[in-house]
Parts: sequence; C-alpha cells; structure tokens
Amino acid sequence: MFRNNYDNDSVTFSPQGRIFQIEYAGEAVKQGSVVVGIASKTHVGLFAVKRNAEELSSYQKKLFEIDEHTAIAIAGLTSDARVLSNFMKQQCLGHRLTYGRPMPIHTLVGQIGEKAQINTQVYGKRPYGVGLLVAGVDENGPHLFEFQPSGMTEEMVAFAIGARSQMARTYLERNIESFADCSKEELVKHGLRALKESLVQDKELTVENTSVGLVGLKEGPNGRPSVEPFKLYDGFETKEWIESVSESQGGEGEGEGEGEGETAAAGDGDGMEVDS
Amino acid sequence: MDHRPQAWGRPRDDVYGAYDHSYMQENGPKQNTQQPIVTGTSVIGIKFKDGVVIAADNLASYGSLARFTDVKRLRPFADSSILGFSGDISDMQYLDRHLTELSLSEAYESPDKPRLNAANLHRYLSKLLYNRRSKFDPLWNHLLVGGLDDNGEPFLAAADLLGSTYSAPSLATGFGAMLAQPIMRRYVPDEESAKKLTREEAVDIVKEAMKVLFYRDARSLDTYSLAVVTKDGVELKEDEKLENQSWAFADRIKGYGTQTV
Repeated sequence: MFRNNYDNDSVTFSPQGRIFQIEYAGEAVKQGSVVVGIASKTHVGLFAVKRNAEELSSYQKKLFEIDEHTAIAIAGLTSDARVLSNFMKQQCLGHRLTYGRPMPIHTLVGQIGEKAQINTQVYGKRPYGVGLLVAGVDENGPHLFEFQPSGMTEEMVAFAIGARSQMARTYLERNIESFADCSKEELVKHGLRALKESLVQDKELTVENTSVGLVGLKEGPNGRPSVEPFKLYDGFETKEWIESVSESQGGEGEGEGEGEGETAAAGDGDGMEVDS
Repeated sequence: MDHRPQAWGRPRDDVYGAYDHSYMQENGPKQNTQQPIVTGTSVIGIKFKDGVVIAADNLASYGSLARFTDVKRLRPFADSSILGFSGDISDMQYLDRHLTELSLSEAYESPDKPRLNAANLHRYLSKLLYNRRSKFDPLWNHLLVGGLDDNGEPFLAAADLLGSTYSAPSLATGFGAMLAQPIMRRYVPDEESAKKLTREEAVDIVKEAMKVLFYRDARSLDTYSLAVVTKDGVELKEDEKLENQSWAFADRIKGYGTQTV
C-alpha cells in the first residue's frame, strides 16, 4: 500500500536522490547507546555508557583496543563492529610486521571507510549497521575520527554518536575551546559530563555502566614523545571519576570547571531527583 | 616497401626471412630469474656519530664486460634514507620504481613530514625480498639501507635476495665483504667506536675502501657515488673520482698471466 519501493537494496537511488538502506543503517547507529570521544594535544579519550539486555545479564562492552596505539568506541550493531574491529586488528598487526611501526590512524580509518563504502555500492551487500569513534596516536600526534556506515570518515576534535548523542554534542560544542590544553583528568571529566547530558531522566552513570579509555603521548627517553598505550578503565577504576562529576563539587571542589558551573549544577539537579 | 608502421625499422622479411618469434617465449613455461645478467658490484657503508656514509661505484657489468659506466646505484628515499643496490640492475630498476610509488603514497598520506624512516624501509624491503624468493622468483639484489632509526640514532642494515637481514657498524656487499669490510672494521670494530667517529673520518675510510676495491675487484670502476645521511637529510654526490691512485704494488703481484718466475 504505502510501501517504499526504493529501500529494497543498497544500490538503488530513490527519485529524490537518496539511498534508503544507507539511511536505515545510520538509524541503527542512533539506536546504540551513546559514546563520546575527545582529543587534546596529548591524549584522546573515549567514553561510553554500556547497556545490559536485562537485569540479570552483564553489560555489553563498548570500547575495544585495536592495537597498542589505537582503539574504537562502537554504537550500533555489536556483531558488525566485531567484523570491523577484527579487520582493524589484523591490518594493524600486518603493518607492524611489514614496516616495523604502528599504523598511522589516518591510514587505518581510510581502510575501514573504503571497506564500508564498497558495501553501499555492490548489489547483494548491506551497509554495516555500526558507527565508530576511532581514537589513536601516531607521529602526527593524537587523532579522533568518526566513522559512519555510509563509509564516511572525518577527523574530529570531539564527537559523540549513539542514542541522544545530540545532547552530548551540544555540550562538546560549548566547551570545544578548552579541549586542546586539557590534562588527562580534565579530559575524562569533560567526557563523563558529555555522557551525562545524553542520559535519559532516570538513568545515571555507575561503575557498572561506564567505560573510559585513554591513549596518548608521553615524554619518552631522549625527550622524544613516545606512545602511552591505550588503557581501558572499567568498573571500580572509574569510581572516583564518576563521583567527581556527580555531586555538587562541579562548582566548588576543583577549579577545573569554572565555565561549566551551571552545567554541572543542572546535571546534579537531575541526579538528586532520581535519588529521592 | 612495407608501409605498416609495425614493420618500420625491422629487418625486411623478403631479405632476412620472417622473424623467429619463438625467441619471445610467447608460450611455454613461465621462467623466473635464474641468474643476474647486468650486475653492480659492491656497496659499502659505515656508521659515524651523526649518521651514515655509503658508497657504490657507477658501473653496471654485463658478465665481465664493463657495459654501462654511468649507472647510479645509490638511491635516496624520502630525503631521509639512502639505499645502495648491488646485484642485478634490472631488479634494482624494478625496486626503484616500486619505491617511487611507495614514497609518493606516503607523501600523499603525510605531506608535512616523512614517516617511513630507514628502519621501517629496511623492514619493508626485507619482507619484499623474502616474499619474492618464496615465489622462487627472487629479486637478485643485496641491499644496504642507511639513515636514522625510530630514536634518531644512525641506522645501517643489509637485506639480501633471500630476505636475510643483518646489521653492523660497517657493512659491505659482494666483493666488498672480503676486501673493504676488514679495513672498515679496523676503525669501527663496535658501536662505541662508531659513536666516536666523525663525519670526515668516516668519509675518508669509505674513500680508502673504494680505492682498494678498485685495485682488486675486476668488475669495478673508479667513478663512484657517495652519500652522507644525517638528521639534516641526504647529501648524495654521484660523480666522485678515486684520487691518489698508486699502482706501484702491481708489478710485485705474481702467480698469473705470462710471468715465468
């Protein structure tokens, strides 16, 4: 009756010039829980809210290490992300073997972009139903890339994808100027505050549902910058960070968040309501 | 008169008979490289405190015939590394084109600074050589790679047609391994002494070794290329001449030719 005739495959344009299968794949990304990425001059942070299918089950992992120097955050179909992450791991390993160096982030992202785009132009294939934030460091410093099922990739200063990620992006836009000079700790606080913005009314960041990942550069021997390998923080490792962005100390405690005093206070208000 | 352009400049069929195309091996088994044909002789290299000096003469031999006397066998890469080729010249030309492609794609990915250093390049070439020998179609070369490694320290390493690799403060391929290496080792027996060596000393040692090679290697030439790699880049001179030669020792050599002692 009102069936859409132009969404049967990923190679047919609609008369309006759209390819519906790709747009649907983009919708799958919006169903996934939110992930945030922020890059400073020295580090890149990935932040995620994990979901559990039911009360009794564990939480689905959202951040994955690809290689020592790079990692991804996923939003969308986890099983599609598995395929991409395995591919990325293999490429990074192969690059280390043949060149004896970590793979440049731009090259890595280019390869998954290429792979995903082919799926949108070959009959019988479907686009990946997952969006990624790719964080990593190489000889040109820290990088954060966004990846979409269409094959589109773009370098970002900070970004968020997944459910209600527009709220997080608004927070990031308001604070974009401060990210470049952030320390590791400040980066984490910004990341978690951005996550909080995207949460639904009765949901909170807890040690169970929060993941933080950090990768960056540190001062190496003979003064050259060396890679500070990706580290995933889960469970109780995130406790102090979560507490530091939850209570009213956003305004008073540390001096790091002068600009966003109101923001923290607003978030704080939400938290109080849920508690009572 | 044959007006077809394909026939221009070819021996006339009515005079010489039809051309025997079987020489072209159009069908028949695929043949891999069985032996090098046009060859370059030794490449020598030595580390010093700020970088690497590397040299090779400008001769491409066809068997024992000194066929081409202006073949440059040192090749800079990304203005930060230097490669020296000995062995088959056509395989050198293949590798040269291949590396041009590689450096172009690298420069495209990262225009502002070179990313593949000498250590990365050496690793890549060794994998390439091993891959080819595993197809029983080796690239018949012995390479020296000079430059700087990940930590900015001088780097010098060799890779051969089997994909074997090794590294030392001084290296030489081919005849140079017998004739030049002992001379260079007198100056740099270990890494510590290479760290003390100045650039001028290193260049002098290499020039001396090139002279000995010209004296004793029948497939060598007195014009050669010499490159110095430091953190400031590659300085390549491709038309050096051996100076202060003395053949006084020659008439004392006995045991071959027409002598009747």
